[in-house]
Amino acid sequence: MSAYALETDGVTKEFSGFTAVNDVSLRIRRHTIHALIGPNGAGKTTCFNLLTKFLEPTRGSIRYEGRDITRSRPADVARLGLVRSFQISAVFPNFSALDNVRIALQRKRGDSFDFWRSDKLLRQYDSRARELLDEVGLSAWTDAKAGEMPYGRKRALEIAATLALDPQMLLLDEPMAGMGHEDIDRIADLIKRVAEGRTVLMVEHNLSVVSRICDVITVLTRGKVLAEGDYAVVSANPSVQEAYLGSESPEGAGHG
Amino acid sequence: MTDIAPHAPAPPASAPAAKSSTELLAIAGLALVLAAAPLAAYPFFLAQALCLALFACAFNLLVGYGGLLSFGHAMFYGSASYLAAHAAKVWGLPPEAAILAGTLGAGLLGLASGALSIRSQGIYFSMITLALAQLVYFIALQSPYTHGEDGVQAVPRGKLFGLIDLSNDVTLYYVVLAIFLFGLFSIYRIVHSPFGTVLKAIRENETRAISLGYRVDQYKRAAFVLSATLAGLAGATKAIVAQSATLTDVHWTTSGEVILMTLVGGMGTMVGPVFGAFVILAMQNYLSTFGQWVMVIQGAIFVVSVLSFRRGLIGEIANRFKISL
Ligand SMILES: Nc1ncnc2c1ncn2[C@@H]1O[C@H](COP(=O)(O)OP(=O)(O)O)[C@@H](O)[C@H]1O
Ligand SMILES: [Mg+2]
Repeated sequence: MSAYALETDGVTKEFSGFTAVNDVSLRIRRHTIHALIGPNGAGKTTCFNLLTKFLEPTRGSIRYEGRDITRSRPADVARLGLVRSFQISAVFPNFSALDNVRIALQRKRGDSFDFWRSDKLLRQYDSRARELLDEVGLSAWTDAKAGEMPYGRKRALEIAATLALDPQMLLLDEPMAGMGHEDIDRIADLIKRVAEGRTVLMVEHNLSVVSRICDVITVLTRGKVLAEGDYAVVSANPSVQEAYLGSESPEGAGHG
Repeated sequence: MTDIAPHAPAPPASAPAAKSSTELLAIAGLALVLAAAPLAAYPFFLAQALCLALFACAFNLLVGYGGLLSFGHAMFYGSASYLAAHAAKVWGLPPEAAILAGTLGAGLLGLASGALSIRSQGIYFSMITLALAQLVYFIALQSPYTHGEDGVQAVPRGKLFGLIDLSNDVTLYYVVLAIFLFGLFSIYRIVHSPFGTVLKAIRENETRAISLGYRVDQYKRAAFVLSATLAGLAGATKAIVAQSATLTDVHWTTSGEVILMTLVGGMGTMVGPVFGAFVILAMQNYLSTFGQWVMVIQGAIFVVSVLSFRRGLIGEIANRFKISL
């Protein structure tokens, strides 16, 4: 078996002439935390959409755990254990926080086409759902309506629901955007903890978090890979400093 | 890790989650009122109203809980009506078998039309259902079995299970009430099942449901077939009640009326569409002296109600009291 959980080969995405992702070949080593960084509009979210099959690549191929998923459907990719979160917070707004996690846990049943049964049988997932809410610091929000929670709390809720699927690989698109300091540290610790035995690919702007928890960093600009390596290598790269950070060097922001 | 950061605002009070118990109470209350209703209104009128009310509930299952707005639901109501009428009159089947035939026929039509429409999103889905319904309408207009403008007339009501004579309007009404309550309870069961939970999640955020690994098209198609089958149950029962099946049953105005009933009563509420159906029927009844103007008045009331209570009659009440009806 290859040492990589996810490999792409020359993946390209064109939107009516505009190339958002250009010939990207990524290799994400199994059981590492891999960061994808780059300025706004670099194509990070588009990459995630391609990897999780929410978008069809114009060219190139994607392999996940040795399996070609270039033509798979997004729900099936999720079933293989490659699960994503969204940059724009994705919750079920009229569900309570508990129900948001429970609907993810419900996937363990396989398909739920049993329309003749009572939903009371889903209560078997309540205790695990509460545990997961507790892990992301949402114990006090169990019964809150997800749509009415503050932004940072929604992000945490989405992470809890993603973890509920117990995925082999997580793709997290700016998981800490909109969170306060304490929550950022909490979620960074959580990601570090859940990454044991799992693979994580995350988009993150907070460089102190990236330097603290990520093993490998890929820098993307204008759809192309600009540099790759660990934090020391990438932050020392002059073209990264120029393209991504302007005059500001990554070390300046990188005390975690 | 239960601590909340000091700057964090207090969590809001618990969500007005779907309290299924209040919905059951509402259904029970409705059943009591309907059981007593023949004291106040003609049983024949009430029986017809219940058929339309069940039709509205079936429609609401799809739009209110599945988020799928069909512009062509009359195709299920109407074709089941024709099938039941034909089965009872030409094949001489007893009413229960005729109703079953119509219901299953609508379910099959739901399977076929669902396969064609469900992958389209939003307004495209609505348009395809409308186009398919128009196709069904033209078949009904041309087919030798449906008798064009005349429709199928003089359908025998027969004896239910060979025992209960349906020619008596009061007897007929209570049989229809039993069918109606069966349909309504089925919808309640579907909405509050593991399947219903996924369906509501898809309505809330389809992309997220996909990313959790749910094959959403399959759930939507199942909801579509269930809704079509229950709409068929309503249409088939109506054929026995009215002793006829006509082009009106498959006409696009019937598809429009069921949208109206659902919106006025309260989309996504359990009993709202029933109220919506009675409001619209009562209006048509009492305003019939205005002739052509009924449509205009109905349209005006529709606009006013949609603008002033967006959740519908029952939806607004439920929201006011923070309960689920
Ligand atoms: N569906 C789309 N159609 C057209 N252009 C798009 C689409 N999605 C993204 N883009 C464009 O692709 C570029 C990359 O966007 P995105 O992947 O969201 O960047 P990032 O996540 O790195 O900020 C942007 O210029 C954006 O406008
Ligand atoms: Mg992005």
